[in-house]
Amino acid sequence: MTDATQNTGAVAPQGSLHTLDARTKRRNAAEGRFKLYGMIAIGIGLLMLVTLLYTILSKGTGAFTQTFVSMEVELLESKLDKSGERDLEKIKKVTTFGYAPLIKSAFEKTVEANGIETDLKSKDMTKILSKSAASQLRNYVIANPDKIGQTIEFRFLANSRVDGYMKGRVTRDSIANDKNITPAQLDLVDQLIEVGALKKTFNIDFIIGADASDQRPEAAGIGVAMVGSFFMMLVVLVLALPIGVAASIYLEEFAPKNWITDIIEVNISNLAAVPSIVFGILGLAVFINYMHLPQSAPLVGGLVLTLMTLPTIIISTRAALKAVPPSIRDAALGVGASKMQAVFHHVLPLAAPGILTGTIIGLAQALGETAPLLLIGMIGFIASNMPETVGEGLLSPNSAMPAQIYEWAKRADPAFYERAWGGIIILLIFLISMNTLAVLLRRRFERRW
Amino acid sequence: MPLSWLVLLVLALAAAGYFIGRIRVLKLAGGDVRALHSLPIYYGTNVALSVAVPALAVLLVWLLAQPTLIERSVSGMIAPEMIPEGSNLNLVMSDVRRVADGLNTAIAGGAMSLAEVDAMDATVVDVRARLGELGVALGQDVRPEVLAAAKSYRSAAVTGNTMRTLIVLALAVIGFGISFSKTNPDYRARNVVERAVLALLMAAASLAILTTVGIVLSMLFETINFFGLHNWRDFFFGTTWAPNFRGDSELSILPLLWGTLYISFIALLVAVPIGLFAAIYLSEYAGPKTRAFAKPLLEILAGIPTIVYGLFALLTVGPMLVNLFGQSGSLGVDWMSGATSVLTAGVVMGIMLIPFVSSLSDDIINAVPQAMRDGSLGLGATSSETIRQVVIPAALPGIVGAILLAASRAIGETMIVVMGAGAIAKFSLNPFESMTTITTRIVSQLTGDGDFASPETLVAFALGLTLFVLTLGLNVLALYIVRKYREQYE
Repeated sequence: MTDATQNTGAVAPQGSLHTLDARTKRRNAAEGRFKLYGMIAIGIGLLMLVTLLYTILSKGTGAFTQTFVSMEVELLESKLDKSGERDLEKIKKVTTFGYAPLIKSAFEKTVEANGIETDLKSKDMTKILSKSAASQLRNYVIANPDKIGQTIEFRFLANSRVDGYMKGRVTRDSIANDKNITPAQLDLVDQLIEVGALKKTFNIDFIIGADASDQRPEAAGIGVAMVGSFFMMLVVLVLALPIGVAASIYLEEFAPKNWITDIIEVNISNLAAVPSIVFGILGLAVFINYMHLPQSAPLVGGLVLTLMTLPTIIISTRAALKAVPPSIRDAALGVGASKMQAVFHHVLPLAAPGILTGTIIGLAQALGETAPLLLIGMIGFIASNMPETVGEGLLSPNSAMPAQIYEWAKRADPAFYERAWGGIIILLIFLISMNTLAVLLRRRFERRW
Repeated sequence: MPLSWLVLLVLALAAAGYFIGRIRVLKLAGGDVRALHSLPIYYGTNVALSVAVPALAVLLVWLLAQPTLIERSVSGMIAPEMIPEGSNLNLVMSDVRRVADGLNTAIAGGAMSLAEVDAMDATVVDVRARLGELGVALGQDVRPEVLAAAKSYRSAAVTGNTMRTLIVLALAVIGFGISFSKTNPDYRARNVVERAVLALLMAAASLAILTTVGIVLSMLFETINFFGLHNWRDFFFGTTWAPNFRGDSELSILPLLWGTLYISFIALLVAVPIGLFAAIYLSEYAGPKTRAFAKPLLEILAGIPTIVYGLFALLTVGPMLVNLFGQSGSLGVDWMSGATSVLTAGVVMGIMLIPFVSSLSDDIINAVPQAMRDGSLGLGATSSETIRQVVIPAALPGIVGAILLAASRAIGETMIVVMGAGAIAKFSLNPFESMTTITTRIVSQLTGDGDFASPETLVAFALGLTLFVLTLGLNVLALYIVRKYREQYE
């Protein structure tokens, strides 16, 4: 008997079961390796997330501070209002060129008063200021004509190179071929820092201000684009929420099982996966070329994003409706409610938190979307004015936050790159707060049946 | 009457109708709700819906149809021989629209009277200068036939708008009258209202079909126009992409398709192994704590807008790769000359797709029945052997579906390639060279003031349609596979 089994070829393991043989060791090692691969994969994923966030934060926080030069400017009556009548029309005739000498002499006085020695001419000294300094002065005078003749303390934006020098982006080595700034000007900057006339402070204008031209990265802000995004989200909310909820109610509660319903369902799941740029083409062809709605208008952007967000909202609303147990409907029908009453009076309120969560997530998606906005012309110009009425906000050309970031990234000046990263921080703050709100709403109101 | 006023008026009438309907039915029933067939709010809603729905529906259709009808009748006025050299009907028509707008502004601002506009003659008056004074800038001098067309365009638009206002208001009033006269305690208001609401719900649901039809039609018409101007054989089978806005461009999709597929391939090369192993670890090895911590963090990567990845590619990954593989790079190999390359875009897109692959595969692996694992483990296999030889083969169709979905995502992705891939269309295997994709070219051909009659602009629609068909095919295939697979275990 025993001979027969041994002759079948299966070799019984030699030695103790407590010591691992080579094959078991190999298998165990393979097991360990496999597990390690999984951990490495997760590690890489998390590392990428950390790298991304670190890059954004380290490169973008600079945009929130800006270098300012403060000095006292004497608003000479002889230059600004020769007639002395304080006639606003006449004051307005003085162009920014007329204000430049005031800044020059103010700069000279500041340098003199602080005992700074420099060989630079006043014209070269003022070059460390932003090109917007003169217009800042002019706007102030036009707003306060009674201040003419007085000496007022002003805070001017410094040139983006000086700002870069303060932030470590520009060094004495890197400006060798730079026509916009000289080492002598940097010496002056160093001396101004010592006396406290030149400071880096928090810059609220980046958050609430308007975009600026290529020449003045230091003055560019994302505020107007933020308003554009806001109006687009308004359109998306007003259109996508009711339409999405109505469509979901129909599909989930009323739709008969037939081929039309099938087509609608297949359509919705496919629309959710259509590349966003295709929606941009649709918007361009239908809303702009066919319906002649204005280009670059937040209304058009909102319409395109509505079509793009609808599938997301429909899918999450249907999930929320499905989660309401049938007993609720049965109870309502049992006490004599019609089908419509059961849905609108009982199912819908119970599904509301889920619907709201889905809508917020859909809005967050729409807020970060860029590609379709490029096609309907929300880039390539400077969004400089805040809209004053709702109609203007919807119809006048504007940008949107992601489009503004793209616009800055396209400009070649590194000072704009810093603003693009800063814009991303603001965009991400919006997205994170929207998603947190969605999670909180779900935690607070979600019911387990 | 401006559009917003019209809409507000109809809505106000509807709101008034709601209250009037309620009050009337209660009065007729002598204040006794029990004598009514339906609750009072249904009588009110019935009146409100009969006022608003037909009026607003007609308004919507009118808004969509009027521009085409006017355009068709006016463009008939411009004979082919009147179109100047180097121009076309579309350009002339946009001139006509601009002049018509200018005339409208002039009349609205009170600068010209209606009679003055009618009497204006382009052979006598310099229309451009006249409108320029009023703040309406025109690109070129206005020719007599354009002015004539603009005048009839304007008068047609004015007549159309007046008719629109009258008809919409008439419909609202008629709706009010009919529903008001029908309002009595025996009227089955609830049934009527519920049927109307159901119709509205259906209309909302069919918007999805409308969107798809809109997408296909809008691209199809322009694509047909494009193939009228450009040889379709060159588009599908040519080998060069060289748009030239002076005409005579070579527009072939093949080099773009190559760039798209190459970049997507690299992205999948990054995303699939990492995503798959992460999914396996999360579903098979990780404890509930690790899972609760790592899964949401990975999914943050999916929630970050693509513009952020684009900037990351352009300003961080690209320069980093140049530092490694560039001329004075740390490897000293001089393979890469610029920051934009296939590798830059591919790697960053791969990072974006990791959570996409991992969460889809996670769901699919979790759907494999536990009994199959238990059987394998019971026979003495280690966990990794079970995963490799039992779980993965069982989940394979689903995983293939997930990878196809990720591929369709990668092909349609725009911002990362616009910022990271470059603009040169060519066939090359070198991942360090910059290449271009279908989506990048759509963006570059359609941004700026495109002339919608030149093949260089219209090609974007043909590219868009190709992209749509390509991603749709991949999605349908992937969803079919995933669904088939789910059924297997349900």
